[in-house]
Amino acid sequence: MSRRSTMTVAKDAAVEAVTAPEVSREASREASPEEAPATVTTTYREALREAHREVLARDPRVFLMGEDVGRYGGSFAVSLGLLEEFGEERIRDTPLSESAFTGAGIGAALRGLRPIVEIMTVNFSLLALDQIMNNAATLRHMSGGQLSVPMVIRMTTGAGRQLAAQHSHSLEGWYASIPGIRVIAPATLEDARGMLGPAVEDPDPVVLFEHGSLYNLSGTLPVDPVRVDIESAAVRRAGTDITFIAYAGGLGKALAAADLLAAESISAEVIDLRVLRPLDDATIMASVTRTHRVVIVDEAWRTGSLAAEISARIVEQAFFELDAPIERVCAAEVPVPYAHHLEEAALPQAEDIAAAARRAVGAHG
Amino acid sequence: MTRELFLELFTGLLREMIRIRRFEEKCVELYSATKIRGFLHLCIGEEAVAVGVVGALSEDDAVVSTYREHGHALARGVPMPSIMAEMFGKATGCSGGRGGSMHLFDASRRFYGGNAIVAGGMPVAVGLALADHLSDDRAVTVCLFGDGAFAEGEFHESANLAALWNLPVLFCCENNRYAMGTALAREHASTDLAMRAAAYGMVAWTVDGMDVIAVREATDRALEYVRDSGKPCFLELRTYRFRAHSMYDPDRYRDKSEIATWKKSDPIPALEAKLVSDGLMTPAEVERWRAGVEAEVDAEIAAAVESADAAPLEPVEDLLRHVTTEAADGVALLAGGRST
Ligand SMILES: Cc1ncc(C[n+]2csc(CCOP(=O)(O)OP(=O)(O)O)c2C)c(N)n1
Ligand SMILES: [Mg+2]
Repeated sequence: MSRRSTMTVAKDAAVEAVTAPEVSREASREASPEEAPATVTTTYREALREAHREVLARDPRVFLMGEDVGRYGGSFAVSLGLLEEFGEERIRDTPLSESAFTGAGIGAALRGLRPIVEIMTVNFSLLALDQIMNNAATLRHMSGGQLSVPMVIRMTTGAGRQLAAQHSHSLEGWYASIPGIRVIAPATLEDARGMLGPAVEDPDPVVLFEHGSLYNLSGTLPVDPVRVDIESAAVRRAGTDITFIAYAGGLGKALAAADLLAAESISAEVIDLRVLRPLDDATIMASVTRTHRVVIVDEAWRTGSLAAEISARIVEQAFFELDAPIERVCAAEVPVPYAHHLEEAALPQAEDIAAAARRAVGAHG
Repeated sequence: MTRELFLELFTGLLREMIRIRRFEEKCVELYSATKIRGFLHLCIGEEAVAVGVVGALSEDDAVVSTYREHGHALARGVPMPSIMAEMFGKATGCSGGRGGSMHLFDASRRFYGGNAIVAGGMPVAVGLALADHLSDDRAVTVCLFGDGAFAEGEFHESANLAALWNLPVLFCCENNRYAMGTALAREHASTDLAMRAAAYGMVAWTVDGMDVIAVREATDRALEYVRDSGKPCFLELRTYRFRAHSMYDPDRYRDKSEIATWKKSDPIPALEAKLVSDGLMTPAEVERWRAGVEAEVDAEIAAAVESADAAPLEPVEDLLRHVTTEAADGVALLAGGRST
């Protein structure tokens, strides 16, 4: 289980959407009592940026490319300042050509480089899906193991900022169904800081999803980065009555729902999936075996979702542990609408998760 | 043309540019007041393209646009109150509050949006033109897009298809020299976009996109050519956005002096100056005329804001409407939705 960081989610999720206000580079080092590690105040965005700086500094084979990663500073300001630090060859602005530059990343990876390709949002990644699916994910197998594609493809996902359908979809579950790639979704500061390193070292393609409403998540991290894995799920809150399974943007909502329920003496355990492919079945089943009830939270559409896959696995592997039907809280099956009240209604909310939990706890077994 | 006709044409173009400019300036205010949310992309500086191109179309023609489409929609005659209400997320909006600023639609005016996937509208424009071609219609589909979109495969595939099949598409590339923060020369190895479009076998030429009269004349010629030949045509309209890419963009990638230089060719004062130099109005008449127009336009904008404010929200119960056809909607086939 990874170490917890203290964090707060910025209330107005819209402000962080694209290009955050100038962020301070100085880390405020807090005076540290002897055993506590020195900490730094940071955000999800800055933690991602630090992770890039680390891999770029450490490994000359690493380079970043994508639309507006350089001069603009990254459409979500993740790469702000990296061009100045690492130069044009390693922080490459690309034309609007998702398929070409993602494919070029694959080619460079075949030749032994370690590209990080940034696609602004998962919605636009559909223009590169052919390259990701038919080349990146497939070349190793189709070549009988001769080829290796060690690249990282980063993209923003998620809704909640009134950006309407073409900018708000959560398609990570689709990617999680593709053999040949690893899919990761940091939801905490330490994962934003820690997951890129092992992803770059992975000999196979890794798709990393950054949730758009997490960029301004702020809190503290140890000055010396904590090593995290890209294999396992993490229990973010221990509980005894019910298991919430969430990831990325859903984690904060699941934790909020657990708070609501604590006041009603319902103790919820909260699992952060972290890795969407391959799924960490062991952590999920161990929790279900303890609590016997499950709510799965997914910002994607319910039909054919990651929530559906997890639900099926629980039924396959832990059916006799269940005391109540599995509950799923997913997005409504509608292209995400612009109007605030409709968008909120389309997305899973903490209150929906709590209501599902009450149903499960109330159900008898 | 007689003096009166010139005066009428020029002041008509000027009035529409002023209308769009002031509408968008109001949008900035409303965005700060959080009445408008999400992404907001302005065409301030590029009004000559919206007015010159879209104003030249006939009712039967179709328009396919991008997320930077307020000017296109207004010039097409989409009613201002329905645009404003859309940006307020209201039920009376031209897309029922589901689209917002980037997704204005008005099927009755053949205004097919409002596409926020860069280059995503282009193949659709080809299909609209294919249908017109197959039904022996003389309508032209105008497809507006940016210099950034020109780099996408979807542009190149669409251009080839339209040329190969002789389809009545007028491709209008609004070259404002930037795709977000990426300057033209950093996105294209060869920046002569019209020349590259011509390589697909289309008639193509470059137009001063800051000169509304030049844009209008070029569009008239292009439309005539497309209607007569049934073949596609390409206009590269050289223009500039005075504002940042969107309300989130801190505009770090451009020199202030570059913006200032382009502002010298602001299409609105440029046409006012022409009215004077052509002897159609005296400077004092221009002043008076402009004050009158601004008052009218401001009243129209104020009324649009007021009605948008007062308009109802779409009921939450209707969340799942318009996903598939209304007939099936009653049963809400795939209404699965949330966990209840
Ligand atoms: C396929 C796709 N990639 C990236 C984006 C993000 N994006 C939105 S607008 C834009 C720049 C487009 O530039 P251009 O085509 O020149 O149009 P302009 O904004 O200058 O009017 C980018 C990169 C997107 N919406 N769609
Ligand atoms: Mg442009």
